[in-house]
Amino acid sequence: MYELIKNLGTWLTSGAGWTGADGIAHRLAEHLQYSLLATLVAAAIGLPLGLLIGHTGKGAFVAINLASFGRALPTVGLVVLVFLAGGLSMLPVYVALVALAVPAIVTNTYAGMTAVDPDVKDAARGQGMRGHQVLFQVELPLALPLIMTGLRLALIQVVATATIAAYVSFGGLGRYVFDGLAQRDLVQVLGGAVLVAVVAVALDLLLSGLQRFLFRHRTA
Amino acid sequence: MTIDWSWIGDHTDDLTTLTVSHLQAALSAVFFGLLISLPLAVVAHRVRPLRGFLLGVSNILFTIPSIAIFVLLLPISGLTRTTTVIGLTVYTLVVLLRNTVEGLDSVPAKTKEAAKAMGTRPLRTLLTVEFPLALPVIMAGVRIATVMSISLVSVATYIGDGGLGQLFTDGFQRDFPTPVIAGVVLTILLAVVADAALVALQYVLTPWKRRRA
Repeated sequence: MYELIKNLGTWLTSGAGWTGADGIAHRLAEHLQYSLLATLVAAAIGLPLGLLIGHTGKGAFVAINLASFGRALPTVGLVVLVFLAGGLSMLPVYVALVALAVPAIVTNTYAGMTAVDPDVKDAARGQGMRGHQVLFQVELPLALPLIMTGLRLALIQVVATATIAAYVSFGGLGRYVFDGLAQRDLVQVLGGAVLVAVVAVALDLLLSGLQRFLFRHRTA
Repeated sequence: MTIDWSWIGDHTDDLTTLTVSHLQAALSAVFFGLLISLPLAVVAHRVRPLRGFLLGVSNILFTIPSIAIFVLLLPISGLTRTTTVIGLTVYTLVVLLRNTVEGLDSVPAKTKEAAKAMGTRPLRTLLTVEFPLALPVIMAGVRIATVMSISLVSVATYIGDGGLGQLFTDGFQRDFPTPVIAGVVLTILLAVVADAALVALQYVLTPWKRRRA
């Protein structure tokens, strides 16, 4: 065990491991690119959907069931399926990552919207605000903390799952995990896994820091 | 993309075996997750300073990617079912712990005081008053943990286990979609059935909720 940790340390700190096309820096950049793009696309789909369902109160059934459906969907199977249907491209990976992230974003956005005090919404209407004004000036700001939580959750899951890009021969930090598994090189596998975990935790801390900064005027 | 129905017909035995193995892995994880998180939740509920620490640790564990958890366990428990179950158990902790603590928190203080006034000892109060009243919130956590575990089992296919996940590797390597479709459909079905079973269980366990409704 001690030997393993020592070798892992060497692997992570060796200068040669960090540079070049197979280097950690490049793989890290790829991993971040996949994760951030997928989360952005998922947010572009999930946020309007969650806001619409929360604002109109229609389709709540969809929002709630989408969550458990999203949780039940086996991501690996989805990647392989889209891959077999559409051929070798990054598309299957993005489809799977977006499918993974959308439910978390929709349900948290919806939850944030329903948590807004009805009296506050009535007051806004009483002051003569129109539907879209209530949505963007009252509901959205009040729902933001929960919406942010949903985005964080989605991003963590996406970063963790972007590992599978390597399964269908693309890059990212998953490369080390799968190459290592194929070569029976445990140090490389562990190195990849540790890096993915560190990236996930670091991004989550970053977003929670951002969230705290943005909502610093709130007492909650 | 067409489904080769004759392949499915020829492999019903394999599909059954894999489904059972899949369910076993997921349910074991939820079982061990409850075994760990119930006592921890009581501690977190009663000892305020430990509360943030325990919930924080379970949150951090949740951010570790599932494939990474399985791989990190390899030096300890190897390419075995144990690795799968430990990895999944770690994942269930965050949901189970958080919901159990919230459930215990939701029990009105007056109810506990009434039990105390009647001379009920703390352990008995916990088992016969607090846990039953917290059950709906705890069960919500159990449902999420179960569905999540069922979907995650297939990730363990990378370390040679993974129940229905093996169908994904199989289909991928042979460029043959049928097993993959079968695997995805069976996983979702399994999750839906398990979730419905838990709803039914909760209905049976909380008769007082029915009378009110």
